[in-house]
Amino acid sequence: MLKRNIQNMMKAENISKFRELGLLVFIIILTVAVQIRNPRFLTVSNLTNMITNTAILSILAVGMMLVIITRGIDLSIGATLALSGMISALTVSANPDMHPILVILIGILVGTVCGLIVGVLVGKAGILPIIASLGMMNVFRGLTFMVSGGSWVSAHQMPDSFQSISTSKVMGINTLVFIAIVIYIIFYYFINHTRTGRQIYAVGSNPDSAKISGINIDKILIMVYGIMGSLAGLSGVLWVSKFASAQGDTAMGYELNVIAACVLGGVSIAGGSGKISGIILGSLLLGILHNALPLLLISPFWQQAIQGFIILGAVLINVLVKRNAERKNLVRRNI
Amino acid sequence: MEKRIITNKKQFDIKSFFLQWEWMLVLIFILINIMNANFSPYYLNTNNLLNATMAFLDKAFIVLPMAFVIIMGDIDISVGSTVALSAVVMAVLYNAGLPMGLAMMICLLVGATCGFINGFLITKYKELSAVIVTLATMTIYRGIAYVILENQASGGFPMWFSYLGWGYVGKIPFMLIAFAICAVIYGLLLHKTTFGRRVFAIGNNDTASRFSGVEVDKIKIIVFTLAGLMASVTALFLTSRMGSTRPNVAMGYELDVIAMVVLGGVSTAGGKGRMIGTILSIFIIGFLRYGLGLINTSAQVLLIIIGMLLIFSVMIPNIKFKKRKKAKEA
Amino acid sequence: MSNYVLELNGITKIFPGVKALDNVHFQLKPGEIHALMGENGAGKSTFIKIITGVHSPDEGKMLLNGEEVTFDNPRDAQKLGIAAIYQHVTCYPDLTVTENIFMGHEKVDKTTKRILWKQMHAEAKELLEELGSSIDPRSQMGTLSVAQQQIVEIAKALSTKAKIIIMDEPTAALTNRESEELYRITEKLRDDGASIIFISHRFEDMYRLASKVTVFRDGKYIGTWGINEVSKEDFIVAMVGREVTQLFPKIEAKIGKEILRLEGLGKTGHFADVSFTLHEGEILALTGLVGAGRTEVCQAIFGIMPYNQGKVYVEGQEVTIKSPKDSIQLGIGYLPEDRQQQGLMLQWGIGRNITLPTLEKYSKKGWLLESKEDEVAKTLAEKVNVKANSIFDLASSLSGGNQQKVVVAKLLTADLKIIILDEPTKGVDVGAKAAIYEIMGELASQGYGVVMVSSEMPEVLGMSDKIVVMKEGRVTGILDNKDVTQETILKAAMVNKTTEDVGSL
Repeated sequence: MLKRNIQNMMKAENISKFRELGLLVFIIILTVAVQIRNPRFLTVSNLTNMITNTAILSILAVGMMLVIITRGIDLSIGATLALSGMISALTVSANPDMHPILVILIGILVGTVCGLIVGVLVGKAGILPIIASLGMMNVFRGLTFMVSGGSWVSAHQMPDSFQSISTSKVMGINTLVFIAIVIYIIFYYFINHTRTGRQIYAVGSNPDSAKISGINIDKILIMVYGIMGSLAGLSGVLWVSKFASAQGDTAMGYELNVIAACVLGGVSIAGGSGKISGIILGSLLLGILHNALPLLLISPFWQQAIQGFIILGAVLINVLVKRNAERKNLVRRNI
Repeated sequence: MEKRIITNKKQFDIKSFFLQWEWMLVLIFILINIMNANFSPYYLNTNNLLNATMAFLDKAFIVLPMAFVIIMGDIDISVGSTVALSAVVMAVLYNAGLPMGLAMMICLLVGATCGFINGFLITKYKELSAVIVTLATMTIYRGIAYVILENQASGGFPMWFSYLGWGYVGKIPFMLIAFAICAVIYGLLLHKTTFGRRVFAIGNNDTASRFSGVEVDKIKIIVFTLAGLMASVTALFLTSRMGSTRPNVAMGYELDVIAMVVLGGVSTAGGKGRMIGTILSIFIIGFLRYGLGLINTSAQVLLIIIGMLLIFSVMIPNIKFKKRKKAKEA
Repeated sequence: MSNYVLELNGITKIFPGVKALDNVHFQLKPGEIHALMGENGAGKSTFIKIITGVHSPDEGKMLLNGEEVTFDNPRDAQKLGIAAIYQHVTCYPDLTVTENIFMGHEKVDKTTKRILWKQMHAEAKELLEELGSSIDPRSQMGTLSVAQQQIVEIAKALSTKAKIIIMDEPTAALTNRESEELYRITEKLRDDGASIIFISHRFEDMYRLASKVTVFRDGKYIGTWGINEVSKEDFIVAMVGREVTQLFPKIEAKIGKEILRLEGLGKTGHFADVSFTLHEGEILALTGLVGAGRTEVCQAIFGIMPYNQGKVYVEGQEVTIKSPKDSIQLGIGYLPEDRQQQGLMLQWGIGRNITLPTLEKYSKKGWLLESKEDEVAKTLAEKVNVKANSIFDLASSLSGGNQQKVVVAKLLTADLKIIILDEPTKGVDVGAKAAIYEIMGELASQGYGVVMVSSEMPEVLGMSDKIVVMKEGRVTGILDNKDVTQETILKAAMVNKTTEDVGSL
């Protein structure tokens, strides 16, 4: 029996490694293929554009991963991103002398409040995450339109200092990318080496035992959605700075990209498992796809459908690989 | 062993009769109508009220099967996209020269197929939740609509097609009659048939249902197919009212529909709910929107109100439930 | 200094509508294994939850080493050295063994609060080795067997340096050999100075381990005895409150013609080459160690987990069974092992539960005929004597034994010939057991063929006509009850089969 279990265990670890390796290989093949079709793909300006886009996506994916680990989902983040982006853009256009870091803090604050509201609804009021975040998505989106009065904040209303958040460099790296890397490191440490971080996994892996272990589940849930919100708030500022415009419908439906990045990166939708390295690769693959489609002269209207197929394909492959491993184990039992 | 007598007569309990959620809904409904009457002196007029229903009944068709879906403990957030896809397919086929009648049939077929695919995936891959499956198909269905029609509108339907959304039978809008017929059918299906009973059973405990010989997978697939089918019925009425269609129609319908179902007293935990409450809440949200329109409330505020309504309507029974659960914990 | 490590005096706990505990006492000496026994619903679980700080008592005092203590939450109890191993293993399947052991009291760096993984892995390995297990602390919990997970749970209790360890039915899901391993570990814990409260339904556990026994009944304290002071019969009387006469009311039934025959039935990875025949009026016991594949065979016959090899004959006709609906139509009924999860709609009335499997009978072209349905429900609920006033009473409001009766009533609605009972008395108290045996005997005398899955030797010997023994997915013996003893069955169940990857823990 022990032997069988060790085999099982090795299987489980292999699957996760195999997936990451597979993703990496796929990314390389895709890159080469796109490059052959269109040599403009691997140019500095295109790569910068692609990587900065991916940076924002992956920041959001970090938050979404935490939410999914607790068996939840957050559909409100596109709206949260828009709201915090809009508020910070309005603030900065009214006070052009404001320091960019202060603007970022405002964005994070707005996002955190939004996230905490969803968190309280899920954690304290016991509403299903899908319902709570669907409802608040509308509320946040409505608020975005209301604070802006339906108008846009465009590039000429934003001071250069603000727009430079996305173009400047820190230690030779684009600021957006730098921020993303800092976030990966912080959260890698947080979820692997702190008690609270491990409790997130515990809550997702088995909520009933978590209660017996004395883990405050409500607190963890509120915290996770709060983190998701603050990352969405941060992304809102970065987004507005990068695209130099804040609109009522900014990032509409972007939550689907983020969820796709997570499931591609191997975050289990059933909760309890997920790794930072996985979602970085997932985000990167998605970023390349989005960037490559126009270069391959594929109509932009294909984007959404492809997105959907990616989500479905990723979760289906997960299931099939798992089932296959289980079936092989059963056959090996050799009765 | 002493034998005990077990009664099979229902006892009428006046207290629990009046504690039903539906009375609350009736009260809200009356309040909203009083409010609306204050907004406009012309509001309380039979013709006006009947006409008002045409503004919101299109999505009401999806609410009926969605109640089944949520009672089963599942959810379907792809219905808005199904509306768009089936409407777009119908418009494109008609403009490609197909007779309108045939195009309409194909519209219904597309809707039912979309629903069937959801049901098939959810039952075949039980490891996946309905949330993630319908989230993916929501993106796919709308994505395909975009691929077909890109960013254009398609219309130019024959005159008679507009009767669906604009016509009257006597003084009563055709849409209202169609909805009433559907509502009666779905109400009977849920509460008076073996099918409905089994839907409740699945929502309560799907493992025990399987052990009791209930064909869980088959019923789930049928219910999801019905949801898709009714989404395409909505597509017919919506397209008729708008005169043309685009890939971005019915965006966010899933929220309205789910809000109506849970406000109607259907528990998101599954296994509980009644058709009458659901139908009441369709009219509550519909008239609320209409009334707020009377005082020129913007679409954005409406978004917020519907969102809050959804949250509050799930919260109220939850709070009640939590209290009871705490008291019962043993 | 008190003589007792743990002393509870006059504990009362009231839940709305129920007095779960009524003025109970308990005393635990250092280094003793103390069995706590009682029927289901006697208040054992509530009592445990009070000791571990999950509930707080309404009245009464708890003394730890002579000092009065009160707990606000499970953490307080843990800090004072009380640990519990619960009935159902409560683990985190996605996390490593180490994390499962240290959850809630991880080793962290004093200043940076960083988790010290290396130290924890090393310590986990030590703890496991102490328990004589070679489980790799870095492996995922979900990949271990139930018995291994139980060992990890014990390691968890050890890691908290617990002086008082509570085990709530730890042997319920274990095979005999695994139980033996658990006894060994438990005794070792005692020898190392821990005091242990051991809850179990199995008398063998009690006699094997405990030196003292305390009995609760209906939330009340009945008494405490030394293990050899009182006979087994007296314990049963103490637990049930009356004498249980003739535990096995086997009625001699006429064995009729063959109604079910399996030929070489198999399901990849679960069982293979299972053949036996069942006759009218016959009770066939399907026995063997837990994990031998008995439940799987039954679920294959019932269509829950379709078989992929072999043939099934009902009354001589070959049949295919792909779903429970097929098998119900063929006259096969199944009483599942887990009545709450697999047998009942807890939020439904008794009547609705009873009629669910056979709705076709009370409907016309899909339309329900409710008055007819209610009539049948009433008749059947009375027939199995459910303790309820109305068929609209919720199933959740019934006690375990009465819930089991409702599940049995569900079987009686269909026109069945074959009834499969999967561990019908598991987790059922002594009083309700007798009622279930009585129903079983009655069914056989009415001509039903009954298959009973059971691990308990006395009931296998007491109730069955024919005994089929399984081991590791195969039938290792078909015995006639006339010439059988406990030893012959055990020999068949333990027979050596040499497959390289089975057997060792």
